[in-house]
Amino acid sequence: MMLAARTRAEIEHTRRRYPHPRSAIMPSLWAVQHELGWLPPEAMAEVAELLGLAPSEVQAVATFYSMYFKRPPGRHHILVCVNAACALRGADETAAHIEQRLGCPSGTTTADGMFTWESTIECLGGCGGAPMMQVDHHFEEHLTPERIDAILARVAAQPADHRDWPPARVPNPPASTTPPPPTAEGPPSAGAAG
Amino acid sequence: MAEYKLLTKDIGVEGLQTLPVYERRGGYQALRAALRDRTPDEIVEQVKISGLRGRGGAGFPTGTKWSFLPRDVFPRYLCINADESEPGCFKDRYLIDENPHQLIEGIVIAAYALQVKHAFLYIRGEYHDQRLLLERCVEEARAAGYIGERILGSDFGCDVIVHGGAGAYICGEETALIDSLEGFRGQPRLKPPFPAVKGLYGKPTVVNNVETLSNLPHILSRGGEWFKAIGTERSTGTRVWCCSGHIERPGCYEMELGRPIRELFEEHCGGMWRGRSLKAFQPGGGSMQVLLPDHLDLPLDMDAVMRAGSSLGAGAMMFMDETTCLVNVSMRLVDFYHHESCGKCAPCREGTYFESQLMHRLEAGVATLDELDTLKDICANMDGKCFCPLGDTATWFVMSAYRHFRHEFEAHCGAGGCPVAREHRPLPAGAAR
Repeated sequence: MMLAARTRAEIEHTRRRYPHPRSAIMPSLWAVQHELGWLPPEAMAEVAELLGLAPSEVQAVATFYSMYFKRPPGRHHILVCVNAACALRGADETAAHIEQRLGCPSGTTTADGMFTWESTIECLGGCGGAPMMQVDHHFEEHLTPERIDAILARVAAQPADHRDWPPARVPNPPASTTPPPPTAEGPPSAGAAG
Repeated sequence: MAEYKLLTKDIGVEGLQTLPVYERRGGYQALRAALRDRTPDEIVEQVKISGLRGRGGAGFPTGTKWSFLPRDVFPRYLCINADESEPGCFKDRYLIDENPHQLIEGIVIAAYALQVKHAFLYIRGEYHDQRLLLERCVEEARAAGYIGERILGSDFGCDVIVHGGAGAYICGEETALIDSLEGFRGQPRLKPPFPAVKGLYGKPTVVNNVETLSNLPHILSRGGEWFKAIGTERSTGTRVWCCSGHIERPGCYEMELGRPIRELFEEHCGGMWRGRSLKAFQPGGGSMQVLLPDHLDLPLDMDAVMRAGSSLGAGAMMFMDETTCLVNVSMRLVDFYHHESCGKCAPCREGTYFESQLMHRLEAGVATLDELDTLKDICANMDGKCFCPLGDTATWFVMSAYRHFRHEFEAHCGAGGCPVAREHRPLPAGAAR
């Protein structure tokens, strides 16, 4: 067992929210990534065991989605959008500035392990504040070289984001969150109440 | 300014993201009245009368979609599509950030109308802060009796489960979203059977967009007939437009459907930045065909824009000034589809790869004129031949740009670089303010 008791409790909690444990794979992988910072194969196997699934079923999901890390990233993670809307407002120059400041190309980690950064063609939904980036999942918009420098300095002084996430959650779901088996029949309600 | 505020009218009110403030602004009254005074069928009827069409891109009438559910099959599920990933689109994030309880009220109203006990809110992984906000709001609503067993003392009970994605555009396609929610790689499924008949866990399922559901409290509180009077006959209500690109004021603006695009562009967006002129714009998001300055006088009406050869899609408007290289923009959008292709079908998986390779050669100025025919050929072998719309739409922008700006595509061939970039100096880093 490599996962913390809290993460295992979170996975058990998640499992009870869905009619089928398979649906809990994605939230469980998030829980693992937020504890460890990435998804080691042994942790994926542990998720599979907790959910009563084969390890390959969990790995199949982990490898499909781009936000699950299959290798350990740096302490902080930066995503720079270079899709059309951001590009129109200078995203290439933003990415070039970050590359120059961090001294490593997109998709790599700084020598001190502080930052992993990548430019992504996936639109991050910050087009109104373009050019933009996400740092440890948080939106940073209207970027200028000065703002980027200030953000990098601020973030470097912070602890790794994944270590203090998620906020401690109650492992016992309220009674109403336990779904019925998917085969249950019959209308849930007779209509409007008086 | 003819900004018709419905979904965004309370935005800016301090603390609107908290339940007490939302309630003070009249929040959850529509749900309360619906549970007290109306049967589920009556609500479906009101939504049908309202003419509300889906805000996720396809524009399918919501009431009609709901009525496809077989009458006696339970359980059924409601999925809320907050996987907004369309290039240029950020309205769902805006609506969640600014007024999350409006969405949750809409969800519970829809759940009651559809007699659903479990609603799954699928939000894209990149919207991490928005997911935490929604989880907090759901708990707040549960504590106040708006979610859970016997909501507001009625016989109806429903739970809302927030489910985070992890970076896959394809999961915005409804059957891929269902696949992903079930714990598989998010790949689209063959239709029919449609989700209304066989969806999540093989049960009847409705998938609705965030903005669509955010309209429900307003439709229910003032009636379908009232809503129908806003907008045009076939495009009713308002829409929240995501405006980006070379404009003075990028951002989200709500406007009544049927108003001219020019009004959105000039009054809300402030026109082009730096006194430049408009070269082209893309309505609807990354998937949709490019339009020209002449099209600014088109109304914001789904059918009118469709007749002009494009679509309002997911409500994104990307404006480009005269320094923009359409080959470069096409290349980025093609790259996006290549990156996001799920790999299930060959025309999309292989097609987007070849399309992307060719667009990079073209933008670098090393492609030959013959290769433009190859590009057309690749696109012709994708459009309408892919398993789901992702592959089809990967060809729409580039082909429309080629049609309207053929000279620009041809000027790239053998030019040894981008002729447009050569003419206009590239923007300095962070040129946007």
